Amino acid sequence: MQPLAINHFSIVTSLGAGSAATFEALRQRRSGLAACDFETAVLDTYIGQVQGLDEYRVRSDLGVYDCRNHRLAEMGLEQDGYAAAVAAAREKYGTARIGVFMGTSTSGILQTELAYRRRDPQTGALPADFRYAETQNNFALADFVQRYLGLQGPAWVVSSACSSSAKVFGHAARMIAAGICDAAVIGGVDSLCLTTLYGFHSLGLLSRAPCRPYDVARDGISIGEGAGFALLERAAEKTANCTSLLIGIGESCDGYHMSAPHPDGTGARLAMQTALDSAGLKPADIDYLNLHGTATPSNDASEDKAVYDVFGSAMPSSSTKGSTGHLLGTAGIIEAIISMLAIEHDLLPGSVHTQNVDPALHANYLIENRDARVQRVLSNSFGFGGSNCSLVFAAAS
Amino acid sequence: MRVFVEGVGLLGPGLNGWQASRVLLAGDADHIDMPTVVTVDESLPAAERRRIGLPVKLALAAGRAAFADAQRDAATTATVFTSSAGDGDNIHHICSTLASPQRDISPTRFHNSVHNAAAGYWSIATRSHAQSTSLCCYDASFAAGLLDAAAQIEVDAQPVALIAYDQPYPHPLHAVRAIGASFGMALVLTPHATARACASLEVNFMPGAARATRMADRGLEAMRASVPAARSLPLLCALARGTTEVVILEYLADSHLHVRVAPC
Repeated sequence: MQPLAINHFSIVTSLGAGSAATFEALRQRRSGLAACDFETAVLDTYIGQVQGLDEYRVRSDLGVYDCRNHRLAEMGLEQDGYAAAVAAAREKYGTARIGVFMGTSTSGILQTELAYRRRDPQTGALPADFRYAETQNNFALADFVQRYLGLQGPAWVVSSACSSSAKVFGHAARMIAAGICDAAVIGGVDSLCLTTLYGFHSLGLLSRAPCRPYDVARDGISIGEGAGFALLERAAEKTANCTSLLIGIGESCDGYHMSAPHPDGTGARLAMQTALDSAGLKPADIDYLNLHGTATPSNDASEDKAVYDVFGSAMPSSSTKGSTGHLLGTAGIIEAIISMLAIEHDLLPGSVHTQNVDPALHANYLIENRDARVQRVLSNSFGFGGSNCSLVFAAAS
Repeated sequence: MRVFVEGVGLLGPGLNGWQASRVLLAGDADHIDMPTVVTVDESLPAAERRRIGLPVKLALAAGRAAFADAQRDAATTATVFTSSAGDGDNIHHICSTLASPQRDISPTRFHNSVHNAAAGYWSIATRSHAQSTSLCCYDASFAAGLLDAAAQIEVDAQPVALIAYDQPYPHPLHAVRAIGASFGMALVLTPHATARACASLEVNFMPGAARATRMADRGLEAMRASVPAARSLPLLCALARGTTEVVILEYLADSHLHVRVAPC
């Protein structure tokens, strides 16, 4: 693929708001996970909650979009000078030449969950203040972001579960390569809701402790929430602020099961190999793998097989979900940004909470931070429905 | 961006397959409003077949029909799925359960709640590892899917199947999001004219609002206006007529798609 410059990015998770706070938390090996006290959930699990959302309100002219997911989106857009960078791109290219491609798994479904508690006892009707199009519908996120940033180019939401906000890089790359867009606002937002908390509970996939990816005693995920955005332009338009380029993308399907990964890692292997091919790289050209690493027994075993097949057992790798929790549809963009922070700061983040790496796994799995030259990173995101996406980033200089 | 239509699949009220619907879409027969007939995909393993909801059946049936029409291998073809609401019946059950004192939702309902459920079951049924995406763009979900599929073909020079489907929400969500009918359609699109290709589409994203091409038949126009996936009907009409014409598809508030359809 033609490399793309990532001229700006912004991030909010339970680790903090902004790139500096995020990197500092990674450097200090601080986790954002805490015992679940979300809303009325009664579940013995840990979550990665973003502070301040209950009091937050979205910009008043977009008040009809107000919901937890869009509060988190706006909080993200206002970090790291992101909205200002998009405004500059808007001046440069025009409003219709900048696309908005967002990933989310559950959009503003929390709003619907709350509305269902307030149904009319006689008619069953939802309360009059419930706004479906502006909150629950998946597109609401891209609609909100596009209006917030004053853009008029192509826009849509990709909702492919936990690969959603990794796949938006591919959509943006294709729309720029096809000449329809000059730049793209991409990203993802997923916020805590009862559907995912009780849903993963129903599958027996929630850990009762902070999640421990690749640990011999790993027993499930911790759910988190977050918002991440990136501004993509052609490599020739690289700015002084640009630290990383997107140089490879690989997408695949397992074709195996809706909620369990292929035991042999077939789809994951294909995604990684395709990403390397699209970057024109050999496995040895990669310095660090940011794994999907959800900390379920089956995900980590399946991903490990795939990684071993492609990279062997020496490649430094880790999952950062012990720090942030599993951010579901936002995992792709957040881990892409963590990969870019690894490149910018020459730091391989060790896996927080993991104590004893499972001896049955082959990976050179990092449980401590490591200072090392980082030129190229591959980041994995895999989702329900067997949807896989791998991204390759390279240092811009 | 120019792409070629190699196969079409269609299921809607009174639209029972592409071949059966061509005559009435071309204007040579009357459309009669009848419930959408959805067949079950026999290639899904029995365990999976029992778990799927109607929207997934719609998507799978439309997709299968388009590949049969194209005589192309579904296992190796990239897909773009697009839907405004996905499985609304499933979301209704989950939200109802979560609002009750006993919040134990079913694991099957949960994994079916992902917007890419149709894509997931499709890849299982077709044993496909090919690239696939799942989009939502509210009323413009078909236009967004067509734009993305055309861009993929332009850049990757590989065939792509576009599968659009929508299903009405049950009460009470229907009151806040009225989708008029069950509707599924699919196009197998290719970068070059093939022996099976029936038409070319030149797809262009255009800034500015424009009035969408309407349907002459009142019933079909009501369907177009009330089902996001049925926004494809004017394009299907142009394909059925086999004439060269321009179809305007509404996209976002300040944009539209200009699609030039030409037989080949």
